[in-house]
Amino acid sequence: MTGRTGIEVSLALSEAVKMANADVIAAYPITPQTHIVEHLSELVADGELDAEFVPVESEHSAMSACLGSSAAGARTFTATSSQGLALMHEILYIAPAMRLPIVLAVANRALSAPISIWNDHSDIMGERDTGWIQLFAENGQEVFDLTLQAFRIAEDPRVMLPVAVNLDGFTLSHVIEPVIFPEQKLVDQFLPVYRPQIRLDPAKPLSMGMFGIPEIYTETKRASEMALMDSKAVIVKVWDEFEALFGRKYSPIETYKTEDADTILVSMGSVSETAMTAIDEMRADGKKVGLVRIRMWRPFPDEEFKAAVAGARVIGVTDRSITPGSHAGPVFMEIRSLLYALPERPAVFGFSLGLGGRDVTRDNYKYIYDQCQVLEDTGQDRYEMVGVME
Amino acid sequence: MTADAMIDFQKMTAKTIPAEDMLAPGHRACQGCGEVLALRLLMKAVGPETIAVSATGCMEVVSSTFPQSSWRVPWVHVAFENAAAVASGVEAGYKAMRRKGRIPDKRTAILAIAGDGGTADIGLQALSGALERGHDFVYICLDNEAYMNTGIQRSSSTPYGAMTTTSPPGKVHPLGQITWKKNMPAIAVAHNVPYVATASPAYHLDMMNKIRKAVAMPGAAYLHVYAPCPTGWRMRPELSVESARLVVQTQVFPLYEVVNGRYILSRKVNKPKPLKEYLQQQGRFRHLDDKTVAEIEARLHAEYDKIARLAEADAPAEEKEAKK
Repeated sequence: MTGRTGIEVSLALSEAVKMANADVIAAYPITPQTHIVEHLSELVADGELDAEFVPVESEHSAMSACLGSSAAGARTFTATSSQGLALMHEILYIAPAMRLPIVLAVANRALSAPISIWNDHSDIMGERDTGWIQLFAENGQEVFDLTLQAFRIAEDPRVMLPVAVNLDGFTLSHVIEPVIFPEQKLVDQFLPVYRPQIRLDPAKPLSMGMFGIPEIYTETKRASEMALMDSKAVIVKVWDEFEALFGRKYSPIETYKTEDADTILVSMGSVSETAMTAIDEMRADGKKVGLVRIRMWRPFPDEEFKAAVAGARVIGVTDRSITPGSHAGPVFMEIRSLLYALPERPAVFGFSLGLGGRDVTRDNYKYIYDQCQVLEDTGQDRYEMVGVME
Repeated sequence: MTADAMIDFQKMTAKTIPAEDMLAPGHRACQGCGEVLALRLLMKAVGPETIAVSATGCMEVVSSTFPQSSWRVPWVHVAFENAAAVASGVEAGYKAMRRKGRIPDKRTAILAIAGDGGTADIGLQALSGALERGHDFVYICLDNEAYMNTGIQRSSSTPYGAMTTTSPPGKVHPLGQITWKKNMPAIAVAHNVPYVATASPAYHLDMMNKIRKAVAMPGAAYLHVYAPCPTGWRMRPELSVESARLVVQTQVFPLYEVVNGRYILSRKVNKPKPLKEYLQQQGRFRHLDDKTVAEIEARLHAEYDKIARLAEADAPAEEKEAKK
């Protein structure tokens, strides 16, 4: 498959894993991740991908098997959603601390209760602090590209960290989109065979996952955090290289009509396309509004974000999850905290919407724009869950 | 036909025990630890072409305090309940890399090592999955019959009547542990894996040859090793090996193998020693009265008889004929 093809995004993601020539896929089915692992199983069964597909008995074991496989030195992939990601929680922390370059696709879905199979970001926000590189895709092409890039980034000797590629469940994972598939030889050039510097090898015995006494625990966590912070520069370099080979440009932050904007809305994931349409409509009405989309959530690109919103008077941050008890969503808290230290800072307001598959509409963004003006004009500071039926 | 004849493996004798240790001395295990003794002998038997995966627990803690490690083979620890899943991943990774020509085409023993809590309780699901999928690995349960690393709490592998810190004999509930020990080898056998065996470090050659057989058999194998814990059992440290012998001689812990579903007794105990000889060494059973001991003894003899009957029924016709 090469060139521009109409394909379901989950299948495109699986094709990226195939073109990355993954060695091991350990996965457990959960809606809406299923099409990804089903297609990978087919690719392995048909011999199109020479990999071990390990059909584990839970997501906890999926991630555990991924750690084992990656420690053995194999290129390793898994995918999950929602409750499955939550079940991996314990093991997610261990992968970055052990510097294992696993790639995980998360078809984002709400967390129970009530049980919901539909999209929001509460699953991945629960894993925000696990130490993974976390990227958010907007469309099918980006899902394909980020998946390929994720292996390259994770396995870079300067990085050696696991990467989570987030795609909105159903609203992105299950839609058919045009995706440009590259030539395999170009992919091989971008992503050579994984040759780890250290691995479980009887010829060179080493111990991994050792017991950390208080004298070294802090330093170990610090090293892990530094690796995550330092990965940003490498990711940007990998993206430059990707652009040179494939012609598509990637950056930590995307902006849309922000140059002269006095109000900037902030989003993550596939709803950004809806937001851009809303911005076009508001612009037609003479409103100076723009959009900033966060692609790189962890490590958070502080400088790039600050540059993207420089000059704005008001910022309206949209969250696809909530942080109960704090009157704010996680993305909002991140941004207000980041901008607080600026000598001249914009007003920052937080809005949660689109929970558990509730549609996110252009009208939502127009409402958020209007609310931002009201809050700023009246000097109020109020967090809002948008669209709640009272 | 004996299990030895059914499996192509390199049999060890007292004279051919390797001098080289894969688990180095200098670990932090308690005095008289039967678990580390078993582990050291098992690692001797498997040798250097091995990857070991440890669950969280005593053996992980005593052997891997950074920057010191007792492991002379590649070793990895991830968490408590997932040793079998991690080993599954190591095995899958090796299989793929071998097939793709990235590593030498030779067999590497992959071991998952866990205690009884990490096996019979919190790790049971991961173990069941790995056995069912048939990864080429050996799962070793080092059974010291309670959560010793956290301070002697009961597990489902704690024997009936034993005192632990969460099954204390009290005024209203005087028995201690009120449930019977979970039969882990039978659960492993139910997965139709090619090799399941029980072993005791007091019968060290038997145990070391069993791990060699387990490694030699293609597919998943399960080895359940009795591991005396003087600290947790309130027992004198010098009695570890003796208790590991008495547990077999009293029919409490029968030594057997199940090769491709066929039961074979490794050691027939036709005249068991009185259970009391085994129990009286251990403070954890001190509160039991004679009546309870007699009940336990009757139940354990019946359990032994079940295994003996299975072995008898599975014996080849010529053996049965010879007995007549």
